[in-house]
This record gives sequence, structure tokens and C-alpha cells, in this order.
Amino acid sequence: MVSQREVLTGKHLMQGDVACAEGAIAAGCKFFAGYPITPATEIAERMARRMIEVNGMFVQMEDELASMAAIIGASWAGAKAMTATSGPGFSLMQENIGLAVMTETPCVVVNVMRGAPSTGQPTEGAQQDVMQSKWGSHGDYSIIALAPASVQEMFDLTIECFNLAETYRAPTFLLADGFTGHLWERVVIPSPEEIKIVERKKPVVSPDKYMPFKPDEDLVPPMACFGEGYCVHVTGLTHDELGYPKTTDPKVQHKLVNRLCEKMRKNANRIVRTYESMLEDAEVAVIAYGIPSRASLNAVKKARESGIKAGLLRLVTVWPFPEKQIEELATRVNAIVVPEMNCGQIVREVERVAKETPVHLLSKIGGELHSPSEIFEAIRRAAGI
Amino acid sequence: MTVIQEFEKHPLAKYLRAERFPHIWCEGCGDGIILHCFVKALDDLAVDIDKFVVVSGIGCIGRAAGYVKCDSFHTTHGRPIALATGIKLANPKLTVAVLSGDGDLFAIGGNHFIHAARRNVDLTVICSNNFNYGMTGGQSGPTTPLDSYTTTTPYGNIEHPFNLVHLAAAAGSVYVARWTVLHVRRLAESIKKALRKKGFKFIEVISPCPEIYGRRNKLGKAIDIMKLYRQISEIRHGYDPAKAEITREKIVVGEFIDIEKPTYGELLQKQFIKIQQKLSEG
Repeated sequence: MVSQREVLTGKHLMQGDVACAEGAIAAGCKFFAGYPITPATEIAERMARRMIEVNGMFVQMEDELASMAAIIGASWAGAKAMTATSGPGFSLMQENIGLAVMTETPCVVVNVMRGAPSTGQPTEGAQQDVMQSKWGSHGDYSIIALAPASVQEMFDLTIECFNLAETYRAPTFLLADGFTGHLWERVVIPSPEEIKIVERKKPVVSPDKYMPFKPDEDLVPPMACFGEGYCVHVTGLTHDELGYPKTTDPKVQHKLVNRLCEKMRKNANRIVRTYESMLEDAEVAVIAYGIPSRASLNAVKKARESGIKAGLLRLVTVWPFPEKQIEELATRVNAIVVPEMNCGQIVREVERVAKETPVHLLSKIGGELHSPSEIFEAIRRAAGI
Repeated sequence: MTVIQEFEKHPLAKYLRAERFPHIWCEGCGDGIILHCFVKALDDLAVDIDKFVVVSGIGCIGRAAGYVKCDSFHTTHGRPIALATGIKLANPKLTVAVLSGDGDLFAIGGNHFIHAARRNVDLTVICSNNFNYGMTGGQSGPTTPLDSYTTTTPYGNIEHPFNLVHLAAAAGSVYVARWTVLHVRRLAESIKKALRKKGFKFIEVISPCPEIYGRRNKLGKAIDIMKLYRQISEIRHGYDPAKAEITREKIVVGEFIDIEKPTYGELLQKQFIKIQQKLSEG
């Protein structure tokens, strides 16, 4: 499917943002629309250079509202499409993220999170948009969000974001942070044959029998794109399975919105990915995602060395929330520590799922990473030592 | 004979989704006339309807995207041009037209309009200008004339309106025209011309809103508004759009701008060939 030019097979020293762009290209991204913003700008810059080389399309839009709108249009025109931004731009995108949800448009949105609220700390990494990525647009819905913890994962998880977006027909987020985005590390890019690429499901019926929003058993409708002769009408209004507005029929709203939420819940087993380290006999579990999971692993090892049975659960998938994994883990451990680069967001979800098991937040904001010793101390306190 | 069978006897029925009618527009609204002129243009040009996309925003005319029988997208408020840009650039084989209103395109969506015009993206944008937000019950908008009454200007409008054709020309549109819905044949011809031409084309259509804007401003019934259009409109092709402000006494209509300029797609294609050549030379 993809050529050598699209996949830079080999070992590279690469910046996180650049690795993200290369991951997108390797995944088959053929359309990028964006607006400059620190610390995500390098993604747009890389795409500006590279898209033309791989017969793709790069366009710098007038703002993030337009960038998000453009990738939705491009996706309906048949292209795998992506945009990249940071907090302030992510806020502007929320309107059309809702449109992408409602119209079940496969697309990837990269948010290289920085200190917030508002203009905040443009050059400092943070994890303050985790809840926004779930609930940022109005209404009930579900999306997928992955959190990379290394430059390698900026590449790998961007590909996975495309595969998930195309499979479940939903905006899919790469929730990176300014540190990982600007980090330089070794990246190993496999050969094209080794990279798993997913294409969107197409209709198998003739245009006169096609119902654009009638789901299959997996709750995902096959997608006919513009120009394919299926005469599709797409609207952000509540619509029936033909795609036509039905805005006052409670049954239509109920069926549609529940399916949009249920789509991720029902497929959570297939979507959710977590990594476990030293959890088999753990008494204290650290639950981390993104860059703090690296210091967490270090801290867990240090705890083991000092005789504390600690382990790490790293969430690669943040949304849908890995409920089952955490629920099960909570029954086995005495305490949970959640280091986050915000004032406490995912910790609320952990508390909800962990029920009686004590959950300790280790919040850190301002532009510094958690140090392993800080997390070690938190593990120690949680262990009651 | 069922309503749909009756509907399908209409010579332009093949361009419309019969099952979506009757439409939502009020009696006397000009949007039906605009839609008619639009599909008439498609028919006259014998466009490949499978490769034709209509995009609209939010507002009364926004519903037109749901009535035309082709691929169509009814977007969020103000964003049809940005979304249409994505469609056109991702698949240049598609012909993309935007049908939307004055509030959608020039208030909430104003930024997208000027930038798409500046880039010269190959789009045909048709604006139904009824001088107010009809769908939400008649609030003032960016084209509401001074001293007019709307629900949000109960003491008269004190904001200066945009002259849309001037704005479009200044932003770089290669084709700029204005008609009223009284000028059905000229409007259809103008749409045809725009669809045949490459680049960012803009047509403003002055459209009556007798039920909402008209009632508050004592403009009479739709027929009275049409009579007014006949009285005060003046066809002046090539007229300076800067001077074509709409007043109570005069609406200058016609084709104001018709120039050639490389489109975004054409310039990109040139660049693409150059880069590909360079790459193949290694």
C-alpha cells in the first residue's frame, strides 16, 4: 500500500513532533490542515515539507476552527486526514470535533498539551486537557485518546490513532505533551510491510440500498465518500439512518446519541491498551499515562529495591477509560498512586473505578516533570512507610 | 398519484431529494428561487452530479444542502467554506459549491470567507442575503441596513452593514456578481458562469424575508418586495463594487468582477510537478 518514500524505514534521531508527522505519513495520511502553535508547530512544518513528496495535501488554514473543518471535509472526500495543535487551538477545535463525532468522520487530532488555562505556558509541557479531550464539545459522545510516552510512541501511536479513527469512524486524539513533542530520541521505523494499516469500511450494497448511517453489528456504519456515487447527505443535526435531519423525534435522538456513546464502550476491549510492570504481587500500584509513566517506572524499581512491592500500570489508551483493568487491579492492591501533570483529572476516573481502594494524587504543574524520587516518596507514603 | 410521483414530474426533479419535501422555507421566501436557479444551472451545464458536492452552513438557506440530490454537507454555523476547502483540496476532481446565508458567511464565518477568497480556492459561493437571521427569528446581522428593525435592534440598527460584493472583491474573488431573486434568468446564467470558471467565485443574491425581516420593517408581502426590487435595482456590469452599496433607493446588480488568477490548486499542482521531478532525479 505505502511506498518507501512514505515510510522512512530505519533508525533515526528524531524530535517527537517530527516522529508524529512521520507516523501520520506511514499510516497513509494524505491531508493535513493546521495553524501554527507552540509546542505543536513542528508537526505542521514537517507536514508542509513532506506531504507534497508523498502526493498528499498540506494547507495552512486561517485558524483552528477552519483546520478542524477542513480535515472533516477532506475525510469525506476520501482522504485520511489530520490536524495538530495545542490547548488554545484545541479549544477552538471543539466545535467541529463535535461535528466529526456527530457525522462519524474518521480523523486524527494531535494535541501537544502545554501549560494552561488560556495562553498559559506555551513552551512547557502539561496534561491539563485530558478531560477536555473527553468532554470538550457539547453533548454526550465518546472518542478515543492515546497518550504517548516517548518519541517512538509519537510515531507508533499516531499510526494507531489513524487505524482506530478509520475503524470506529470517530475523531481520535493523540494526547501528547510539550515535553514529548520537543524531545529528541531514537526512533526505529519499520519497513512498510511491518506496519499495520487499517482502511475504512466501505458499503457493500448499491447506492439505492445504501443507508449512510445504518450501523453494522459493531455499531459502525460503512462509509461512502463524496464522489463515489452514493449521494450522501451529511449533517450535524440529529439524523436518521438515511442521514436526514429528524430533530424533534425523541426516538431518533435517543438511538443515534446512545450509539455514538455505545460505539466505544462496546468495542473497549478491542481499543484499550495498557502496559503492566511488576504488578503480579504489587501492594502499591502507580497508574500513569504519557511522559510521567517513565519516571513512574523508575520509581517503582526504586521502591522494589527498598522492599516495597510496587508496580506500574501505564495507560496507553486514556479514552475509552481502561475501567476493567483498573477495577481488577484495585481489588489486588492496597493503594494506588496517580502522578499527573495537572491538578487531578484522570485521578477522578481512577477513584470512580477503584471504589474502596485508597487513591493518592501526585499532581505536578508548572513546567517540570515528576522526578522518580518524588513518585518514590508518594509510593512510600501510600505503602504506609 | 402520490406527492412524490407528482413531484417527480417536475423537469428539475432529478436534482432534488423528493422525500425531503415540502421544504421548511416560509411563504414568499427567496431561498426556493435561489435553489431553483441553482439546479437549473446544474441542468443547463449537464454537470456530473456524482462529482458535485454542495456544502452549506446554518440558517434558512443552509437547508438547501439537504434538498439537492448529490453528495452534500450541512456543516456547523459559519464553517461551510472551511469544510468545502478540505473537500476540494483533498479531491480536486469534485466540483464544490457553497450555498449559505449572510450571517453564516459574513458574521460567524467571515474569516473563512476572506481567506478562501485570498487563497483563490476553486469554490462557487452563493450567498442568500435576506438582511437578518431568519431562522432564529429575525435578529440583526452583518448586512442589516442602518435604522432597520430586528428583534435585537428594537430601536433601529446602529451598525453599518457590509457591502458584500466590495468585501469579496477586496479579498480576491475572481468573479463577483449580485442579483436579486427577481432576476431569475440572469441569476441562473451567473451561477453557470461561476461554475464554469476556476477560482473563488462569489454571487450575492438579495432575497426577500417577508415573514420576518419584511414584517418588522413594513416591506409588505413578498410580491411587494419583488416589485420594490424591480423599481430600485439597476443592472450595471463592471461597476465598481466599492460604490455598489445597497441603499433604500438603489440596489446595483450585475457582474462586477470577472478576472483570471491562478487558483490554489493550480499553483499547488505546479509545485507538485517540480518537487516530484526533483525527487525522481534523486
